[in-house]
Amino acid sequence: MSTIETDVAIIGAGPIGLFAVFELGLLDLKAHLVDILDRPGGQCTELYPEKPIYDIPGLPVVTGQELTDRLLEQVKPFHPTFHLNQMASGLEKLPDGRWKLSTDADEHIIAPVVVIAAGGGSFVPKRPPIPGIDAYEGKSVHYAVRKMEEFRGKNILIAGGGDSALDWTINLAPIAAKLTLVHHRDGFRAAQHSVNQMRELAAHGKINFEVASVKALHGDGGHLHAVTLSNPEKKEWEHACNTFIPFFGLTIKLGPIADFGLNLTENLIGVDTAKFQSTTPGIFAIGDINTYAGKLKLILSGFHEAALMAQEAFHICRPNEKLRFQYTTSSSNLQKKLGVA
Amino acid sequence: MKIIATDREGAEHTLKGRDGWTVMEILRDAGLPIAAECGGACACATCHVYVEDGWYEKLAKPSDAEIDMLDMALAVEPNSRLSCQLTCAPELDGIQVKIAPE
Repeated sequence: MSTIETDVAIIGAGPIGLFAVFELGLLDLKAHLVDILDRPGGQCTELYPEKPIYDIPGLPVVTGQELTDRLLEQVKPFHPTFHLNQMASGLEKLPDGRWKLSTDADEHIIAPVVVIAAGGGSFVPKRPPIPGIDAYEGKSVHYAVRKMEEFRGKNILIAGGGDSALDWTINLAPIAAKLTLVHHRDGFRAAQHSVNQMRELAAHGKINFEVASVKALHGDGGHLHAVTLSNPEKKEWEHACNTFIPFFGLTIKLGPIADFGLNLTENLIGVDTAKFQSTTPGIFAIGDINTYAGKLKLILSGFHEAALMAQEAFHICRPNEKLRFQYTTSSSNLQKKLGVA
Repeated sequence: MKIIATDREGAEHTLKGRDGWTVMEILRDAGLPIAAECGGACACATCHVYVEDGWYEKLAKPSDAEIDMLDMALAVEPNSRLSCQLTCAPELDGIQVKIAPE
């Protein structure tokens, strides 16, 4: 457990959270960012790292990854601290008026200002819509492999056709008692060399590959005994296994932000359009997660919102100081902060 | 053109399609619970629908990118499509789609 004190705690290290670091930095405000993903960029790097974006002012075309890389370069002079692989899990008001933002990795960030730049919420694994699956989660159904050893000697069923499904099929095959990969078609979006490796393992009887879908889980007390598989040719059949690892990528769920006591409208945080502050003073929302009359879910809107938020954040963090509005083109003071003067 | 959409509770909605718009956009703007997280970039598989009642065969075949992305969809069936890849057109008047479970 660690506790950090700073000026601003930002939830979400996507493009808007990153640009917020820049705008805050120009006003000498320090920021810590929390993100559930293992790298900055949010949807830009998770969903469309290689897809072109055409509506960023001044950048006729930029990919999600390039935009993220450029923003990281832009915020570098301000040395933001990233708390990655962590979900913002709790928000509490302290007696001194500051906020304590907690993460599921037991880190605590104390700051007068919290900025929620969480997009649609947290990226979490997609859960197959199989009745009763929740009873098995954490015991025999897993959405990630954290410690390989926990899977030694298991009779494993992996579902999916992407890189995670194939990579873990290949990696777990040597230590599993038995391993079956199930996918709805005999084709994969995973890297070709992984597909070749998997087919090799199947040809040598090291794993089984079934073209089918998982329809039902059977077991008791969270312990899986078998699943029902189905495909158009063989119809339905039971397949014995005690561990099920579905890999269908990530989806976005609002998550614990819903319990922060904020005013939510259809999972969005209502804000004013002068400061982009929620109805809770000191808590701001910028980017896709906020709503106001005329809101457009565009990256460029979030950039604007970040700039206005920073002005008010300054007043909250430095109540006795006067905000000096300056331009980066002409202010040697700002240029010094940016490391160019 | 019309789109007949069945939601996850089984209720049927008759929606006005607009030529050139994607079926995902029509579903989303009608307030149906379709996540469409990537906004139509064929990058997330959260606009997954089943194309029903013989309409699947009348559609243009899915692109390789869509077939690949369907690998990330849940509960895929032979009539699964990503609605962001279906474009409204007069010949699809009356198309029936059912929103896949999430």
